Amino acid sequence: MNKTSKTYDTFLRPGITIQGKWHHKQYVIIRKLGKGAIGSVYLCESNGKKAALKVSDKSASITMEVNVLKSLGKVQGRSLGPYLLDVDDWIVPGVGAFSFYVMEYIQGKTLPEYMNQRGEEWIGVFMLQLLDDLESLHEAGWVFGDLKVDNLLVTSSPARLRWVDVGGTTQVGRAIKEYTEFYDRGYWGLGTRKAEPSYDLFALVMVFLSVYHPNHFPKGQNPQAILFNRVDRVKALKPYSSCLKKALVGKYQTSAEMKQEISTVLYDLQMQKTTRSNTNSISSRRQDKSSNALEYIGLVLLALGYYLSSLLIP
Amino acid sequence: MKKGTLKQILLITDGCSNKGEDPAATAALALQQGITVNVIGILEDDQTEEPEGLQEVEEIALSGGGVSQLVYKQALSQTVQMVTKQAMTQTIQGFVNMELKQILGKEQTMEDLDPEKRGEIMEVVEDLGETSDLEVLVLIDTSASMHDKLPTVKEALIDLSISLNSRVGRNRFAIYNFPGKRKDIDKVLDWSPRLDSISSVFPKLTSGGITPTGPAIREAMYQFGKKSLLRSLRNNHEQDIENV
Repeated sequence: MNKTSKTYDTFLRPGITIQGKWHHKQYVIIRKLGKGAIGSVYLCESNGKKAALKVSDKSASITMEVNVLKSLGKVQGRSLGPYLLDVDDWIVPGVGAFSFYVMEYIQGKTLPEYMNQRGEEWIGVFMLQLLDDLESLHEAGWVFGDLKVDNLLVTSSPARLRWVDVGGTTQVGRAIKEYTEFYDRGYWGLGTRKAEPSYDLFALVMVFLSVYHPNHFPKGQNPQAILFNRVDRVKALKPYSSCLKKALVGKYQTSAEMKQEISTVLYDLQMQKTTRSNTNSISSRRQDKSSNALEYIGLVLLALGYYLSSLLIP
Repeated sequence: MKKGTLKQILLITDGCSNKGEDPAATAALALQQGITVNVIGILEDDQTEEPEGLQEVEEIALSGGGVSQLVYKQALSQTVQMVTKQAMTQTIQGFVNMELKQILGKEQTMEDLDPEKRGEIMEVVEDLGETSDLEVLVLIDTSASMHDKLPTVKEALIDLSISLNSRVGRNRFAIYNFPGKRKDIDKVLDWSPRLDSISSVFPKLTSGGITPTGPAIREAMYQFGKKSLLRSLRNNHEQDIENV
């Protein structure tokens, strides 16, 4: 939209060092990681450590994102978003100032990549992880807002779904700050854009639908019927379909409610699998059976753990 | 603290004005009256990014203190709400900068503060953006070439009302089209808190031949005048009740 937005990208080449105006820290640019609506993200290095640096000519937007990262940092005991490392301005003589912030560099695979490689049994795990994190976020008074595949990465050992872009995070009760049409319940005619837990739960379902429909699909004349139909048509989502449909129409008030029901489904599913030992749905996996069985037992334990811990939390 | 009402004109067009005064000049006048002018230029599907007829789009928004954006019609919904919100933030930031200059001296703006202080001020700006009342007068170009774009415009406006009505602050929308049958602009929808009702009024829009953008902005400006006196009285009253 504005022509000046290209300027900082033209200055930031690999190997360039930039220094902050206020805190004087130096960062060596390694490469560009991506470009969003309000700026570009670069991989950089400072004191031998890698970090992600987001720079923009929209100082106000950068400041708003920093405010969100700061408040997420205050949510106890969890790393909900990337850690914030520095906030500063970068002065280009004769051109002007660009605001930037530096955050933890999260390295991982996208959700579709990971599930394609590792198999569908991870769906339940990631659903629970996401619901867990959302629960903490909501309890702290925030709503994620722009929850989508592009804003999530799976880090390895242990496999953990991390949030990489929290720019849309909005205080509960306000209007969602940033959203993407496909994941937005307002677009589908299934609710407002008010920041409330159920807004995120709708987007969560759309995240998992996106994994199986990478090119998305049009909303048509009856959006709700189309969504329900898509949920039913994906085999891997079938066991969870009743939960997912409830989330789509806003039946869950909290992530805890949804988490509870998903863990029940997951538990039943694992019980079935262990009794039937190996059946069709997993036979597509190329690993040998013993390691599969081991994995199921692990998953059962994990699911049980989640279930029990959710009972402990009042 | 008593919050003011932000006033915006949202001009949706696909071409250059060809009748009456320079639209950039009337936009500047509107800004003088405290009304921000935002402009969205709709591109034809086969048009490239910088079509000649739409050059004035940026100019109008610039002199009207608002935001401009050229889009293809598929992206209209998201753009309409983004432009409106950005312009709100921009206006509020303008006020805040003015205050800062009074407190800190002539050359100080938000960018001259260190990131920590800037963060605190931005929180206030966001608070104000969320809670301020907003009046948007949508001004739709209905010259002949817009004909096939009107259904998309309608959807985008309904979507805008979903977004803005999710805010804490109150909203009022009015829709006018230009050129009007006998006047420069015609009323499509009078000031109303929601836009759900526009489905029924939209098919009535007829397309005309000329594009009097300048006169249209001037006329639109007066539609705020009539309303705001009445409303500010009522607002005060309502706010008293809310405070109790």
